[in-house]
Amino acid sequence: MQTILAALADGFLWLMGLIGLNTDLMARYGLRFLDGVWVTLQLVGLSVFLGVLLAVPLALARVEGGKALSRAAWTYSYFFRGTPLLAQTFLVYYGAGQFREQLTDIGLWWFFRDAFNCAVFTFTLNTAAYQSEILRGGIQSLPAGQMEAAQALGLSRVLAYRKIILPQALAIGLRPLGNELVLMIKASAIASVITVYDLMGVTRLAFSRSYDMEVYLWAAVLYLLMVEIIRRVWNVLERRLNRHLAVSR
Amino acid sequence: MLNLLELLSFGPNGWGDEILQGALLTIELALVTLPVGIAIGLAVALAKDSSSRVLRAVGDLYTTVFRGLPELLTLFIVYYGGQMLLTRLAGALVEGAHIEVNQFVAGVVALGLVLGAFSSEVLLAAIRAVPKGQKEAAHALGLSGWRTFRLVTFPQLWRVALPGLSNNWMVLLKDTSLVSVIAITDLMRQTSIAVGVTKQPFFFYLVACLIYLVFSGLSSLVFTALENRASRGFKRVGGH
Repeated sequence: MQTILAALADGFLWLMGLIGLNTDLMARYGLRFLDGVWVTLQLVGLSVFLGVLLAVPLALARVEGGKALSRAAWTYSYFFRGTPLLAQTFLVYYGAGQFREQLTDIGLWWFFRDAFNCAVFTFTLNTAAYQSEILRGGIQSLPAGQMEAAQALGLSRVLAYRKIILPQALAIGLRPLGNELVLMIKASAIASVITVYDLMGVTRLAFSRSYDMEVYLWAAVLYLLMVEIIRRVWNVLERRLNRHLAVSR
Repeated sequence: MLNLLELLSFGPNGWGDEILQGALLTIELALVTLPVGIAIGLAVALAKDSSSRVLRAVGDLYTTVFRGLPELLTLFIVYYGGQMLLTRLAGALVEGAHIEVNQFVAGVVALGLVLGAFSSEVLLAAIRAVPKGQKEAAHALGLSGWRTFRLVTFPQLWRVALPGLSNNWMVLLKDTSLVSVIAITDLMRQTSIAVGVTKQPFFFYLVACLIYLVFSGLSSLVFTALENRASRGFKRVGGH
């Protein structure tokens, strides 16, 4: 197994040398770049997943909540959508350091001392705001008859949301949610500023040691690859999940 | 609490004036980038709308690349890459020449490239929303090409493009914070300097966030006014 991998790696490097890339540099940093991609994917995957969990109650608070609750949810999403992610990340990462004693007292310091956790935390709060707006739009675009019919059938409101409303809202929001995923991949590069070695972080490290612009080219290709794959997968997903909505093409 | 507010005072003991300067630089950067980005966007939109297959492919490639790359990466490529490229070019002319790229210019170019990619999509949709007959009618009335654009096509295109462009502007405003990473003394950078000295990160970054919120609030007022003005000759569905 080891020898096969080594042979594959050699072959890859030979190929890269063939198109004029710096193979020495790639041999030294190539695996670190793959680690960086993995960290980026973890960062985005975790944040977007946790973001959905937060976005559903936020969207419901906007639609169903009383005055106070919907106002609060509105303020939340206004804040996170109106300020730069970089500022939010600094607020959490450096702000947590300031409250170290209090955080230790309530037993949360171990979480916030790690830059990766802070990045996931901030990105989750941020993407939840955007996702909740998408979901709210989806819910509000449904005709009132959907809920009325569900209730006429004796479904409770909770059950109606789970079985009737939310699935349709998700279907409507599928495309914007895919865009949000792509935006998160791009935005995750900000984590490198608070010392997370994601793809961008690894790239900056490699550049600061080698002063070879080529590493930025590798990063560009890897980011574009990730974004394109997500776009393609999402297109397939959308066609499959929304096939009942398809108009004759 | 009072101590914290004192930190925001103007003058030698407070950071109010430094942060205000940073905020002004942020606005300046966004305002300078806007025409650059829209110009690029218009050029790319026209390329994508053209009958030449090559031009269309170039336009599509441009949008794919600059919409797909993280803004931070584009910024680094423009800043460091521009520096190396210009130094190499200058070195070919004068032995041992070294060129420093101005950070502000690098910021404008990088953000302009990104804005160009996003606004080209908006502008393309707007160009296609104006029916061909409008142009033909203007031509039949004897209007020149430029006057047709200024008096007939543009006002209609503008109305369709405004909501999308307003979105682009909001994103641009937030993206300007990234230039603080290459040491431009914008709002974000000045805030970080204040934090370094005062050790009050939570307070200062919160203040910075609130300033960004004020900017986007003001922008949306301006854009609502512009949109109302642009659609004054247009009756909305169920509208007023």
